[in-house]
Amino acid sequence: MKDDITRDERVENLKGMGCSRKRVEDARFTQGKGNYVDDIKLDGMLFGDFVRSPYAHARITNIDTAAALEVPGVIAVLTAADLAPLGLHWMPTLAGDKQMVLADSKVLFQGQEVAFVVAEDRYAAADGIEAVEVEYEELPVIVDPFDALKSDVVLREDTVGEDGKPTDGAHGPRKHHNHIFTWEAGDKDPTEEVIANAEVVAEETMYYHRTHPCPLETCGSVASMDKVNGKLTLWGTFQAPHAIRTIVSLISGIEEHNIRVISPDIGGGFGNKVGAYPGYVCSVVASIVTGKPVKWIEDRMDNLMTTAFARDYHMTGKISATKDGKITGLHCHVTADHGGFDACADPTKFPAGFMNICTGSYDIPTAYLEVDGVYTNKAPGGVSYRCSFRVTEAVYFIERMIEVLAIKLNMDAAELRRINFIKKEQFPYTAALGWEYDSGDYHTAWDKALETVDYNGLRAEQEQRVADFKAGKTRKLMGIGLSFFTEIVGAGPVKNCDILGLGMFDSCEIRIHPTGSAIARLGTISQGQGHATTFAQILASEIGLPADSITIEEGDTDTAPYGLGTYGSRSTPVAGAATAMAGRKIRAKAQMIAAYLLEVHDNDVEFDVDRFVVKGAPERFKTMKEIAFAAYNQAIPGVEPGLEAVSYYDPPNMTYPFGAYICVMDIDVDTGVPEIRRFYALDDCGTRINPMIIEGQVHGGLTEALAVALGQEIAYDDMGNCKTGTLMDFFLPTAWEVPNYETDYTVTPSPHHPIGAKGVGESPHVGGVPCFSNAVQDAFRPFGNTHTNMPHDHWRIWKTASDLGLHG
Amino acid sequence: MIPVAFEYYRPKDMAGVLSLLEEHGDDARVMAGGHSLIPMMKLRMADVSHLIDLQDVDGMSEIEIDNDAIRIGAMVTQADIIDHPELAKVAPILREAALQIADPQVRYMGTVGGNVANGDPGNDMPGLMQCLDANFTVIGPDDEREIPARDFYEAAYMTAREDEEVLTAVTIPRPAGGYAYEKQKRKIGDYATAAAAVQIVKDGDKCASASIAMTNLSDTPIYSEAAGAALVGTSVDDAALTAAVAAMWGDIDPTEDNRGPVAFKNHVAGIILRRAIERAWSRA
Ligand SMILES: Cc1cc2nc3c(=O)[nH]c(=O)nc-3n(C[C@H](O)[C@H](O)[C@H](O)COP(=O)(O)OP(=O)(O)OC[C@H]3O[C@@H](n4cnc5c(N)ncnc54)[C@H](O)[C@@H]3O)c2cc1C
Repeated sequence: MKDDITRDERVENLKGMGCSRKRVEDARFTQGKGNYVDDIKLDGMLFGDFVRSPYAHARITNIDTAAALEVPGVIAVLTAADLAPLGLHWMPTLAGDKQMVLADSKVLFQGQEVAFVVAEDRYAAADGIEAVEVEYEELPVIVDPFDALKSDVVLREDTVGEDGKPTDGAHGPRKHHNHIFTWEAGDKDPTEEVIANAEVVAEETMYYHRTHPCPLETCGSVASMDKVNGKLTLWGTFQAPHAIRTIVSLISGIEEHNIRVISPDIGGGFGNKVGAYPGYVCSVVASIVTGKPVKWIEDRMDNLMTTAFARDYHMTGKISATKDGKITGLHCHVTADHGGFDACADPTKFPAGFMNICTGSYDIPTAYLEVDGVYTNKAPGGVSYRCSFRVTEAVYFIERMIEVLAIKLNMDAAELRRINFIKKEQFPYTAALGWEYDSGDYHTAWDKALETVDYNGLRAEQEQRVADFKAGKTRKLMGIGLSFFTEIVGAGPVKNCDILGLGMFDSCEIRIHPTGSAIARLGTISQGQGHATTFAQILASEIGLPADSITIEEGDTDTAPYGLGTYGSRSTPVAGAATAMAGRKIRAKAQMIAAYLLEVHDNDVEFDVDRFVVKGAPERFKTMKEIAFAAYNQAIPGVEPGLEAVSYYDPPNMTYPFGAYICVMDIDVDTGVPEIRRFYALDDCGTRINPMIIEGQVHGGLTEALAVALGQEIAYDDMGNCKTGTLMDFFLPTAWEVPNYETDYTVTPSPHHPIGAKGVGESPHVGGVPCFSNAVQDAFRPFGNTHTNMPHDHWRIWKTASDLGLHG
Repeated sequence: MIPVAFEYYRPKDMAGVLSLLEEHGDDARVMAGGHSLIPMMKLRMADVSHLIDLQDVDGMSEIEIDNDAIRIGAMVTQADIIDHPELAKVAPILREAALQIADPQVRYMGTVGGNVANGDPGNDMPGLMQCLDANFTVIGPDDEREIPARDFYEAAYMTAREDEEVLTAVTIPRPAGGYAYEKQKRKIGDYATAAAAVQIVKDGDKCASASIAMTNLSDTPIYSEAAGAALVGTSVDDAALTAAVAAMWGDIDPTEDNRGPVAFKNHVAGIILRRAIERAWSRA
């Protein structure tokens, strides 16, 4: 048989790995044809919403629902008293703590869920909420974790034992009744010794402020309990639908096979939709109680004020070095503000996530990290906002410490990084805090970045600018922000990563249809990352069928194989690997079928793009399409009919994407307004599956980094009132605020990943935040600034200038 | 974010509006673009049982320009202001200011009448109208009257307009000289951290007259007569700028909010005013 197209054309037709295939999702999203949770409408569906606490800390002395039940359209009002007999007034959190579903005699943060009003529609529910009368007795409010650790005020009664002493928490003994855990990594004494005897030591205290992932779609769910067949269907904004199914089963007692969890289209997650929220539980209970489907959808203020925040880390660092800049030790202490409940979404054994990646990209021989988690009267959360678990905090910490050390050494910060990078030949590299970095080539990336932006030229320009400023010729300063980051993504190996005991593997199941098209289902769920596009590309390259002929389906626990979901850049490293492995199983069977059809031995055929060919006789071949058909119509001795495969992939290690970012900023000293002149981002995410999607992910992650660094904040006043509950005060950048991004790359494939891919969705955020922040700090460096805290909004930048005496 | 239930009316003429206002008194409110009122209703901060939509009432959507004055109907939108070439010629400050209000979506809905009647110290048009010495025409059950913009604002959300009156037009004497509307904000869609409206007339190389108003630096817009006076007769040199800023500081009274503390706002107000004067002077 002869082909009428060339091999290159066959490759192109597949739209496999490496091609900028257009996103298949976009046709429906850009035409308003997506199907989000709030688009789900069922017959007789009711709407539930919360009475929320106006106080940050108060005892509830009475809840009177009588008037609310009189409001037309109101069907029921649930309180903790209704949930208690079912044991559902509290629920477990992903962090080993527990959380009130509805206020159990007290509230711990403003906006906490107090009662759930179920009504015929959301208008009646809103009126019902107003009619519920709650009597509060205000209690002293603690919004500062350092105050919490000194205070006699007990935030959580369950932290004090009968002997009056603090009880043990989920991760060991408590130091104080408002203390949640201590978590350590590395070697304390040796690190302290190295630092005590070092030639140079730089110290800094920094606060990584509280912020919020703020996905465009808020959280919500629709629960429908079918009392006839005993089945519960739960649609929701779930980044981990299978884990939600297991949790729902564990806390409700409904057998897992009777629960179907569906994540439909999700309008952004960024970590906000990993955990379980009271709204999910209440919609389920309300559906059981009323026998009707019940929907719950947050509004924007609910989302910002009550569902999972990110960061809120108070970090103190010491970094030691020789006189010529070789780093010898790193010490980090974190006081972590977790709010009223510890509802972080981290692997169970990592209560501070992967904060122990805080030695960064540097060969630091000795290090020690200690994290203390603390309760306060603020909303719970502590999720990984567009990053792997606490990696943004870790990278911000080390990239600030490097800058602070460079100032102390009077050394160029780019050079300081260069002489301390882990060298290419040191990989796999075991860091002082325990992780084994799989691969990297930092020097190549750094040199490429510095050269592209003409780093030396920028420094010369900056020097001139400082001189002009001092001479009164300009009121604008220039900052050069540097950041080199190493991420740790793809959680993770089952031996050390689990959530609530569920190993963090992931999965893919493939069915090839007789006519040579296919469906693949995964345990992950896209929230905008374009899984339907990229996973089909992986498969196209692996099994030789066009990506356009492969449907990717996720998010329905009745059909998809079990997986731990999408967050922490784990989809490509874990589910992407499972996809490749399942594809290889398909290919192995296809090889047998091809050999049979070509009447040769199995080992005499080899895979070539979209077919198996007889070795040395490429004109004798069977295409994958032909093989697929044969799988369903030929009786092949020793081979079962059909062409399907499933793979559960337990990654041997994490993957370690890295990158080099540089930002050039001009700052108006008088108004505090920063202007980003240039932003260069070089990413190395290993093998590149779809360059266009990578570029899109980088733009998005950088934009969220800009937001966080320059103003996005969840702030509280002393009474625990959230001051940033609307998008007027919570900074969400628009196209107007966003600069032009220059993207670039190097490719260092992961040695242990089947296709060498590392994940990219979060890198730009992780590397971007310190880069923007360093640019602001660097502008003021020539005037004596070593560190100022984010967010660098206008007034705080102005204050830095003012404190340095730059306003005359 | 769900308002309390309300009755919705859409009268065809002003008589219909006025009679509804008379009938329902305090419980009724007119709505123009709705972009200040609806958010307040959704937050349940404004309780409006009877909402009277002005969209179908004729005669309030025109921009008329004659030799002495410009008359802008209350229902003219901020987008209309931006898209009116002749207006941009005779009173370019209006366009410059309107372009700094919110974002295009808001500007397609938000009206001049709603912006000046609202009484929110964050609104940009009240200060602008004070700078331009505009008059607001209001019509009530018995008569029509004119209220100078400089006398209109009493406190946040408190104005000289009576509850049963409707604002129908804004009339501005044709401005002369150089102009500038300078605004600092945190992002697109934000109200001002500080904003200044400046109109300056030059005679030879001296300032013949100057009008200055500031936005979001007190609970009302601030027309700073003293700041303008500090420029008159000078060549708008550094000393005059410093004097104008000092005079303006005597008139404003900012409060701390998420945009920053008082010291910052005062400082920025000074910088913004300086820049506005310099730009207006360069155009005079
Ligand atoms: C996101 C966002 C950002 C914004 N940013 C800015 C900004 O930067 N600067 C700025 O100036 N504004 C801003 N606004 C407000 C916007 O310009 C409003 O449209 C404007 O303040 C009110 O105009 P409106 O036509 O929408 O009035 P409405 O919302 O309809 O009415 C406002 C008030 O005025 C009363 N009213 C309206 N018309 C009349 C009338 N003819 N007679 C008597 N009373 C009347 C109403 O009863 C109501 O009390 C913003 C709004 C939003 C939503």
